[in-house]
Amino acid sequence: MKASEPWERAGDKIRLQGFNLELWKYEGEPGSLIPLLQAAQRDYSYIPEAAIHYISDIVGIPPAQIYGVITFYTQFRLKPLGKYLLRICNGTACHVNGSKLMGQVIEDELGIGVGQTTEDGFFTVQSVACLGCCSLSPVMVINEDTHGRLDPRKIRKILKSYQSAG
Amino acid sequence: MKQVIVGMATCGLSAGAQKVYEKFEEVIREKNLPVTLKETGCIGMCYREVLVELQDGDGQNYLYGEVTPERVGEIVESHLLQNKPLLPWVVRGPHPTEDDSFFVKQKRIVLRNCGHIDPNSIDASIHAGGYHALRKALLEYSPEKVIDEVTGSQLRGRGGAGFPTGVKWGFARRSAGDKKYVICNADEGDPGAFMDRSVLEGDPHSVIEGMIICGYAIGAKEGYIYVRAEYPKAIQRLRQAIAQAEERGFLGENILQTDFRFRIKIKEGAGAFVCGEETALIASIEGRRGNPRLRPPFPAVSGLWGKPTNINNVETFANIPWIILNGAEAFASLGTDDSKGTKVFALTGKIKRGGLVEVPMGITINEIIYDICSGMREGKQFKAVQMGGPSGGCIPALMGQIQIDYAQITKTGAIMGSGGMVVMDESTCMVDVAKFFLNFTQNESCGKCVFCRLGTKRMLEILERITEGKGKGSDLDLLEDLAQKVRETSLCGLGQTAPNPVLTTLRYFRQEYETHIFDRKCPAHVCSPLLTYTILPNCCTGCGRCAKSCPAQAISGERKEPHFIQPEQCVKCGRCFASCSFGAVFKD
Ligand SMILES: Cc1cc2nc3c(=O)[nH]c(=O)nc-3n(C[C@H](O)[C@H](O)[C@H](O)COP(=O)(O)O)c2cc1C
Repeated sequence: MKASEPWERAGDKIRLQGFNLELWKYEGEPGSLIPLLQAAQRDYSYIPEAAIHYISDIVGIPPAQIYGVITFYTQFRLKPLGKYLLRICNGTACHVNGSKLMGQVIEDELGIGVGQTTEDGFFTVQSVACLGCCSLSPVMVINEDTHGRLDPRKIRKILKSYQSAG
Repeated sequence: MKQVIVGMATCGLSAGAQKVYEKFEEVIREKNLPVTLKETGCIGMCYREVLVELQDGDGQNYLYGEVTPERVGEIVESHLLQNKPLLPWVVRGPHPTEDDSFFVKQKRIVLRNCGHIDPNSIDASIHAGGYHALRKALLEYSPEKVIDEVTGSQLRGRGGAGFPTGVKWGFARRSAGDKKYVICNADEGDPGAFMDRSVLEGDPHSVIEGMIICGYAIGAKEGYIYVRAEYPKAIQRLRQAIAQAEERGFLGENILQTDFRFRIKIKEGAGAFVCGEETALIASIEGRRGNPRLRPPFPAVSGLWGKPTNINNVETFANIPWIILNGAEAFASLGTDDSKGTKVFALTGKIKRGGLVEVPMGITINEIIYDICSGMREGKQFKAVQMGGPSGGCIPALMGQIQIDYAQITKTGAIMGSGGMVVMDESTCMVDVAKFFLNFTQNESCGKCVFCRLGTKRMLEILERITEGKGKGSDLDLLEDLAQKVRETSLCGLGQTAPNPVLTTLRYFRQEYETHIFDRKCPAHVCSPLLTYTILPNCCTGCGRCAKSCPAQAISGERKEPHFIQPEQCVKCGRCFASCSFGAVFKD
C-alpha cells in the first residue's frame, strides 16, 4: 500500500478519497464500466489500482477483467500525468507536413520519448492519431491549448514559454 | 440589429477564435455598441481561420478571414462604427472575392446549417427548419412510409461501406424484438478526417433529429451516440442539444403529443480505432474490450445487448431530415446512377485551400482540387490524393478525371471511406505514406485475427527496411503476397482493408518503391536514411546546435564558424536538419 494512493481501508471496504459521488448513479446500469473508468481518470489523471478494486465492487466485474479493458483502450493510463500533457498529432495531414521531425525536436528538447514523463513531472508526451485541425498542421496540444503550423524554432519557443511560466 | 458571429468549431478555436471572441466582447462592451455577439460552427474555410461574419443591419453579410485579436479594433472602428467594410479582409460578401470559387461547386445538404446557425441555440436550429422533418414524419407518415422515403432517396451509409440506409432500416424494423436501439457512430477515427466532428459541433440538432426519425421508423425507444473521446467540444454541444430537445419535447415521452417516446444517451469512446467498427462499437458500449465479432448475425438482428440495433454514421443521420422535408426524389436527383446526394469531404494536405466541403456525388477529383481548393501550394505538382484513410488508397493525379462515387473510387483500389482527402505533391514519398498507414492499422489491430495482428507487422517491417535502404528485390512480391492473406483471413473491415494503402501505392507508384530498393534513393527526399546531409557554409552561423543534437558526434566546427558533417560517422537520423533554425542543413 503506497501512502500516495488516494484511498483508505474502512472495514473490508476500500474507500477512495475525492471520488466523484455522482458516479453512484451508474450503479446497476449495464455497460457502466467504461464511464466509471473515465470518471476515475478525470478525478485522478490516471486510474489508481485502488480505483480498479473499488469499481470492481460496484459493477461486479473481476479486477483482472477490468485491467484487460483498461489496457485495451489507449485513453486509459495506469500512471499519473505530468503537469502539462503535450500531445503531438500524428494524423495524415500532420505526417505529410513533417510531424515526425517535430516529434524529434520535442524529444531532443525534453529528453523524453512518446509515452514518457519528464523527471521533474513537468511534461508528459503523447502521440495522438488525429486532433482534427488538419489545416493547421503540424499541430501539438499542450493541455487544452492548440499550437499549429509548427516548425522547430516555434516548438522551442513554446516549450520555453511553459518552462519559464512554471 | 447588427451581429458579429465568430466561427468557434475546433479548427477555429485552434486558430485562436476564443481570443477573437473575447476581444469583440470587450470592445463591444467598452464602446457600448448595439451589437449582438454570437458563435457558430465550422464554415468550412479552414484555410482562412479565424472567420468572423459581420451582419450589418441592412441584410448585408461580410465574412472576414484571418481575424486576429489585433484586427478586431480596426474592424469595429471601420465597419461597425463608420459603416466602412474593410474589403481587403473580406473573404465573402456582397462583392465578388477570389474565395467565392471555394463555394461555387458545393451543394450543402448535410452542412446546410453549419457555420450559419448558433449551435448552442435550439431556436436557431428550429428557425432554420430543425425538427420540421420530425413533425412531418411523426404526424403525417407511418414508419413504413418513412423507410420507403429513405429507401427511395437511395441514400447510402456515409460511414464508409456505403450500404443503402433505407434497406438497413427495413431490416431493423422487421426484426422481432421487444426492445430495439438506434446507434449513431461518431467515432470518426480516420486520421485526417473531421467531417463528423464539424457536423456535431456546428449542427448537433440535425443529427439528433435524424436519430429520432430513425427510432420512429424502426420502432426503437432508445438511442446512443458513441463519440470519440478526442472530441470534447462535440460532446459538450451534444449534451446541451439533447437537454434542449428534451425540454422542448422532441425527446422523452409523448413526443409532439403522439404516443412515441425516445431517449438519447451519449457514450464516450476511450481511444480505440477499431471501435468504429459496428460490432466492436457495440461491445464497447456494453463495457467490454472492443473486439469485433463475426457477422452474421448483423446488428439489425442481434446488436446492443442482443437486441435489434440500427447503426448509422453521423453524416447519414444528418441527411435524413433534409430527405423527409424535401422528398426522396430531390435527393436522388443529385449525383450519379451509383451514388446519390452529396458527400462531405475534409480536405487537407498540400493544397492551397484546406477545409470542409460538401459536393454533389459525381464531381471529379480535379474539380475539387483545382476549382474548389485552387490547386497546390508553392507551385508544386499534384501527385496523388489519399482517400478513405487507413482503409483506403492513393489515387494518382493521372486519374484526376474520375467522377467521385462509391463504384468509381472502389475501382481504383481506394475506397470512398468516410470522407478524408489528403492531397499530396512531389515532396510526399509514397512508400513513406504506405508505411504511415500500415503503422497505424498495425497499432490499432485488436489482435484477434492472426494475419491482421502479425501479417501487418511483418508488412510494416518490410516497408521499414525499404525506407532504410535495406530493401531486397523480392520484397515487393512478398508484400503483395502478405497483403492478399491479411485481406482474406481477417474478420472485420480493419484487416480486410489494411493492405489497401500498400497495394494502391504499389500499383500506381511501383517505380518509387524500386528506386528505394535498387538505387537506394528516396525521390521525394523524405526517407532520411537514404539521404546525405551536408551543411551549407554560407548559411551556417556556427551556433553549434546541430553538433549538440547529433547522437553520433559526426558534426564538428569552431564556434561562430561554419560546421561540417563527417559522412562516415553520420547515422542519417535527420536530427541536425530538425535542429537548425537557419536552413543551413541540406539534404539530398
Ligand atoms: C475498422 C473500422 C473502423 C470504422 N470506423 C468507423 C467510423 O469511425 N465511423 C463510422 O461511421 N463508421 C465506421 N466504420 C463503419 C461501421 O462499421 C459501420 O459500417 C457504419 O457505422 C454504418 O453506418 P452507415 O451505414 O451510416 O455508413 C468502421 C468500420 C471498420 C471496419
